[in-house]
Amino acid sequence: MNFPENLKYTKEHEWIRVEGNKAWIGVTDFAQSELGDIVFVEIQPHSGLLNQGAIFGTVEAVKTVSDLYMPVAGTIVEVNAALDGSPESVNQDPYGAGWMICVEMSDTAQLNDLMDAAVYSAMVGA
Amino acid sequence: MSEASLLKNTALTALHQELGAKMVPFAGYNMPVLYDNLIQEHLAVRQSVGVFDVSHMGEFIIRGPQAGALINALTTNDVGQLLPGKVQYSCMTNDQGGIVDDLLVYKFTENEYMLVVNASNIEKDWNWISRHNQHGCDLYNVSDEWSLLAVQGPKAAETVQKLTAVDLSAIPYYHFAFGSCAGISGVVISNTGYTGAGGFELYVKNEDARKLWDALFDAGSEFGIKPAGLGARDTLRLEKGFCLYGNDINDTTSPIEAGLGWITKFNKEFTHSAYHKQLKEQGPAKKLVGFEVVDKGIARQHYIIKDAHGNDIGEVTSGTMSPSLNKAIGMGYVGTAFSAPGSEIYVDVRGKLLLAKVVKFPFL
Repeated sequence: MNFPENLKYTKEHEWIRVEGNKAWIGVTDFAQSELGDIVFVEIQPHSGLLNQGAIFGTVEAVKTVSDLYMPVAGTIVEVNAALDGSPESVNQDPYGAGWMICVEMSDTAQLNDLMDAAVYSAMVGA
Repeated sequence: MSEASLLKNTALTALHQELGAKMVPFAGYNMPVLYDNLIQEHLAVRQSVGVFDVSHMGEFIIRGPQAGALINALTTNDVGQLLPGKVQYSCMTNDQGGIVDDLLVYKFTENEYMLVVNASNIEKDWNWISRHNQHGCDLYNVSDEWSLLAVQGPKAAETVQKLTAVDLSAIPYYHFAFGSCAGISGVVISNTGYTGAGGFELYVKNEDARKLWDALFDAGSEFGIKPAGLGARDTLRLEKGFCLYGNDINDTTSPIEAGLGWITKFNKEFTHSAYHKQLKEQGPAKKLVGFEVVDKGIARQHYIIKDAHGNDIGEVTSGTMSPSLNKAIGMGYVGTAFSAPGSEIYVDVRGKLLLAKVVKFPFL
């Protein structure tokens, strides 16, 4: 299983890629594999700040549904609209075309709470 | 002791693990939920052929001159209509107005029948039947000795036919024959299944299961035969509106409410039949319906169903995204006033009311 070194990970299986104050967020290779065929990604409309750990959306697979959690506090500035038409991107390319939201972080210190690739990989036993 | 060590294996569990299946505990068995990709397994069955290991299902043999009478007294369908070589779908009712289990009744001979029951209910059914065996029948629970492979899909018959001299075209739907298959004698070759895709279910002794599996995959290779897991089994049955015990029917639902009036015969008596007869005559207050979700989202088991004014009118019992239709479909009980096809209902999906429309079964 693939867990890129340049990302940080949550125990709820989100990844986050940081560029300055902005961060891109999605779910990990492990998460997509556990969920199976993903059929909807639903991002709840939010205008304000979401706390670390807040639910920002849900991902529906054929057999199951799972909530999506903010790895760090922030404001959603962009949603990956392409997932509406091709939710399977999350299965096929979880760290690329399968990204879900871009946020403006309010407290980058929270990144220290997250796991690096080695720790996350050990956690999921992959 | 770990939970996994309490689980029962089928004769093929090690093989599923070798094939890379994702294993889950189901009804006390360690079962493959999917091998690689649920949608591909589902579509292989709809379009060509797939094989399910459903050896967790229970099998009881009932023998004796009164075997038919015992089964007729315990089940809703009319065993008098069964001939040797025929299979009947039926329900076993309890004395509280609900269903102990749904099952298949195979008539082997005038004095010998086989009941095929849900894995989750083997013990409950066995106790129930034993307790009501006032007919002096001999009962055998052979669930742990028999394996069951379901070969399903439009290419299933062609696949199985390569392995047997029995003319499968002479076995109509819901009929069976005993025969040799893949060099194994005494196989129950049954034109039944839980997918609506056509095909055969093959009952063999555990020690022959691997031989049969390997022969099926050789025979079906030209059709791209695939192993299929319980995940695809569930989406396939749901597309056809087949009830799943524990979801759509249970100890508290009547077959009349569940749309199983067609297997509930009142030309005879069965456990608590007067209640179900009255329910049929008066019309039940709730009915099991199929629905398509119009808005974007998927209805899941236990989600609440509401009317346009937000009043609770029922509950979802099964729901999924249909891989064949690419639509969210589901089943659930609603007040009879909302049960007609075309009725608009709303499913509470995590606080959001999604519009859904009642449709006729099957979905596909």
